Amino acid sequence: MSQKNRLNGGLIDRGDPLDFTFDGKSYTGYSGDTLASALLANDFRLMGRSFKYHRPRGVFTAGSEEPNALVELRSGARREPNTRATVAELYDGLDSRSQNRFPSLRFDLQAINDRLSTFLSAGFYYKTFMWPAAFWEKVYEPFIRRAAGLGRLSMEEDPDNYDKGFLHCDLLIIGAGPCGLAAALTAGRAGAEIILADEDFLMGGRLLAERSLFSDQDNSEWAAKVISELRSLPNVRLMTRTTVFGQYDHGVFGAAERVSDHIAVPAPHKPRQILWRIYTKRALLAAGATERPIAFDNNDRPGIMLAGALRAYANRWAVTVAKDVVVFTNNDDGHRTARDLKAKGVNIAALVDCRADAPLSNDFEILRGAEVIDSSGRLGLKSVKVRLEDRSVREIACGAIGIAGGWNPNVHLTCHKRGRPVWNADISAFVSAPNDDPALRGAGAAAGIFSTHGALQSGIKSSVEALNDLGMTATPPPLPEAEDTPIKIAPFWHVKDSKCRAWLDLQNDVTIKDIKLAHQEGFKSVEHVKRYTTLGMATDQGKTANIGALAILAELEGKSIPDVGTTIFRPPYTPVTIGAFAGRSRGKEFRPYRLTPSHKWAEEQGAIFVEAGSWLRAQWFPIEGETHWRQSVDREVIAVRNSVGICDVTTLGKIDVQGSDAAEFLNHIYCNGFAKLPVGKTHYGLMLREDGFAMDDGTTARLAEDHFVVTTTTANAVSVFRHMEFCRQCLWPGLDVQLISTTEAWAQFAVAGPDSRKLLQKIIDPTHDISNEAFPYMACGKITVCGGLRARLFRISFSGELAFEIAVPTRYGDALIRRLIEMGKEYDVAPYGTEALGVLRVEKGHAAGNELNGQSTAAMLGMARMVSQNKDSIGRVLAARPYLQREDDHRLIGLAPVDSKQTILAGAHLMNKGDTATAVNDQGWVTSAAYSPHVGSSIGLAFLKKGDQRLGEVIRMTSPLDGIDIDVTVTSPHFIDPEGERLRV
Amino acid sequence: MSDQLLAPLIALGKGAPVIETIGGITICENPDFAIASIAVRNGREKDIQTSLLPVIGRDLPGPGRAVLAGETSAIWIGSGQWFLLAPLGTHPDYACELKDILTDTASVTEQTDGWVVFDITGHNLIPLLERLCDLNSKTLTAGDATRCLIEHLGCLIICRESGRNFTLLGPRSSAVSLHHTLVTAAHSVA
Repeated sequence: MSQKNRLNGGLIDRGDPLDFTFDGKSYTGYSGDTLASALLANDFRLMGRSFKYHRPRGVFTAGSEEPNALVELRSGARREPNTRATVAELYDGLDSRSQNRFPSLRFDLQAINDRLSTFLSAGFYYKTFMWPAAFWEKVYEPFIRRAAGLGRLSMEEDPDNYDKGFLHCDLLIIGAGPCGLAAALTAGRAGAEIILADEDFLMGGRLLAERSLFSDQDNSEWAAKVISELRSLPNVRLMTRTTVFGQYDHGVFGAAERVSDHIAVPAPHKPRQILWRIYTKRALLAAGATERPIAFDNNDRPGIMLAGALRAYANRWAVTVAKDVVVFTNNDDGHRTARDLKAKGVNIAALVDCRADAPLSNDFEILRGAEVIDSSGRLGLKSVKVRLEDRSVREIACGAIGIAGGWNPNVHLTCHKRGRPVWNADISAFVSAPNDDPALRGAGAAAGIFSTHGALQSGIKSSVEALNDLGMTATPPPLPEAEDTPIKIAPFWHVKDSKCRAWLDLQNDVTIKDIKLAHQEGFKSVEHVKRYTTLGMATDQGKTANIGALAILAELEGKSIPDVGTTIFRPPYTPVTIGAFAGRSRGKEFRPYRLTPSHKWAEEQGAIFVEAGSWLRAQWFPIEGETHWRQSVDREVIAVRNSVGICDVTTLGKIDVQGSDAAEFLNHIYCNGFAKLPVGKTHYGLMLREDGFAMDDGTTARLAEDHFVVTTTTANAVSVFRHMEFCRQCLWPGLDVQLISTTEAWAQFAVAGPDSRKLLQKIIDPTHDISNEAFPYMACGKITVCGGLRARLFRISFSGELAFEIAVPTRYGDALIRRLIEMGKEYDVAPYGTEALGVLRVEKGHAAGNELNGQSTAAMLGMARMVSQNKDSIGRVLAARPYLQREDDHRLIGLAPVDSKQTILAGAHLMNKGDTATAVNDQGWVTSAAYSPHVGSSIGLAFLKKGDQRLGEVIRMTSPLDGIDIDVTVTSPHFIDPEGERLRV
Repeated sequence: MSDQLLAPLIALGKGAPVIETIGGITICENPDFAIASIAVRNGREKDIQTSLLPVIGRDLPGPGRAVLAGETSAIWIGSGQWFLLAPLGTHPDYACELKDILTDTASVTEQTDGWVVFDITGHNLIPLLERLCDLNSKTLTAGDATRCLIEHLGCLIICRESGRNFTLLGPRSSAVSLHHTLVTAAHSVA
């Protein structure tokens, strides 16, 4: 069986034979073939099994609209299911398989479903798998998943690379058929920056699939000539294998380029596919049209396909599906198929035209006013039954039938922004609404202009208009003499008096009966019918199915097709692999990460890292002998309490605020006062939102009269900067204040503990006195370290100990921590991570992200008096709302378990003793919890109703989810040094 | 006390600047720029121009533009805001130096270590830039400079020679991620 269906001619390269396998057996095709054309050449009509009934199915189309011939390509990790054989470009060594069958394509046990079709009607799942509810996940879903579905995923990581990119042009032309090529030639010669994209691997569209379109030259040769000229123009970008799949706002289009799908393995480092975002000033939709079928009983057998596809296979790929072919048509285009096949030596068993006035031919028999009413052939078409004009029935033997039901313009992209197509009665099809979107013009067949002459002229006209919009002029190029046949069509959607099943949606196994049943059961809106029956879903999105169903619905409703309307068109036009959407964002590089200045050193220490926003921060630093993280964290906490510890705090946001009005600006931003902060001093600030709730907190240092450095929490660095910039530009544009982020420019380390000053004195140049007298608590200033390096020093503390934060230019951060550790050996210095940082601040009762979660007020945090009433600041007015000032609101308190062996759990809720643990009795919740080496037990911070008045009270901490209900004592949130004496030594 | 100088570590954390040549594209980490931001104080637009004229030899650039004047570059980064770049070796405390010149006409902030700088050169960098950011890179000519987003990172790109020579500034803490993106994209187009 060696390409027995191959004809003469075609646009394949017979000098380049390609070997491929299908279901484990080897075959040969040619360069230029698709998998579908190569299989057809090798006498394959059966290529798959249907989704629901496992009916034998063959190729139905010759393009991306294919509903049937879905196959698996490649093997191992590169296995790709559900690929349309009609768009899979053949390459040497291509490994392909049929899918959704067991044990074989020819003998599929699940074809039993076909016998049970009576029970598998529309809404089967909804009606059947209703009860008991416990079965939904455990029984029904596994059962349905096993029975349904198509191909199988490899479940391995995709070994290929994907990329993304951005393109700009004056004019994007979507589709390189006669219309697109004429448009591109016009705009290209005019010097416009254009992109011409086509989903096919050869440009030319129907110029490649037809013959004798031009009277003065060969149509495919003309296409090649035009493409060659376009390729020579520097202002033209030709993109083959590129599907423009969606139109988005502001002239943005999405396109997927299949760079390496036509080779077995992409070249090293090269992407398999690229997702392009195309920004264009104007776009032309020259995407052509999709032929539509006519439904009749058993119209789904292998060998039954669209007439235009039969013609394309014969003309472009030199393949016939069978030796004897019937054509079934309602328009003149069906006759073209019969003529072309006849010219290639294929026997036309009959042309069945439902029109009584159909044209006649001397070359083959034409049955006027006749209809194909049924077919037979288990694994492939053997014959059709034709009801003749006189109602008699004739059986005609044939191996293929081409159905020509007219053409639907591919309007999809014009509707992606919720445009609705309008009905054109002349061609019995939907077209895009004229002038719906001047930025995207439909042209050629996509606009319902079906003759070749019309398409060429339409391409030129639209191209000239688009360029005129942009202030450019273009001269129409001379064009070949092209056919200009008028459209003669009699709307005919399905054969009446169906006796069994006539398929509308081949991919989802939706029949006319299903649509009727859905309608009968009350699903009358087209959107409801779609969802109830699955019509128009999955990879083909009903490109060949929807219009037939609309026609049935129209009949049932007694409406016209446009009154029934279409479902909404959404991107993507054809399936786009998830890999292309992910692009380079995968694995560790899924998103950019941020490294602290001490990261390299911390890695050398074996630090355990945690993601904090996009930062990787050291969580703790295990040392030899430590087997549990608590050992490391406790040790680090104790080091800070007893001697000195060092923590990289570079991640805190730093915003440089300068200008003669900088102090006034900060007075507005913070609820507490900043205007009187002396130079050389740091101040804690609380920032409220306009609604009076706490937004962020941090310290602000005044380095000069007109220069402050604001610090923010790590998580809010960006949002606080954005907020401040908004305030600067929009609320107080008259203030002389300038902002810029300086987070990354400085490496900043907390040096905390009773020995911190002594350690710092070893590296700070002696001209700077940092004694308690000269550099008291909350002091700040510019200093130099290690022999003259400029640095900043802040005497601030998050831990509650004598502490400093020292900052140097980031590139010196690595060296600084190494020096500090080296110099600190005599004090048993320990680096500490975010876990110890958390324990220290919980012990000290400092609020952090857990407490500043957007639902906390200053009053809840115990900072009500901090909200200055002597100045205007953001949030002051709304913070004074009575509800936020109510006496019984929550207050920040500390918690310790009555039994010190018990554990406080963040997220647990607080109840009074004796109350049942219900929401109505809820007294508050635990925000943060930690084991405190200082206290010797687990401790927590919590918001408790009237908490500040309940110190010493024993209440309950409950977590029904965890089965926890323990007694806890309400304490001050300051577990250590409530008077703040340690800070000031 | 410690008076032994601290050794700087460049953004990619290697001993020397990382230089990658991929096909016709060279991506070179450049740690030798001193960078400072300047922002004009209210009503001092003319004064700032006057003060900086000796430094850059002409007016500060407008939106989307840079002045590439010898060893010093000035780049517009926002309304009334510019970055000034100069060799770090001769301008070790560039912000301080500029503040002395600008006095109260502008706010000056040190930005040297806020950024990782990559010099990207090659015969045709358009295909690379198309993979990286949504700029219409074909239209960039010498002296164009603009903010752009590369793989979620806010970057600043300066065109030194159309299609052939660009300087890219990205956030220093994400230097490794940005470099990975550049190298991956370069391999993809090389």
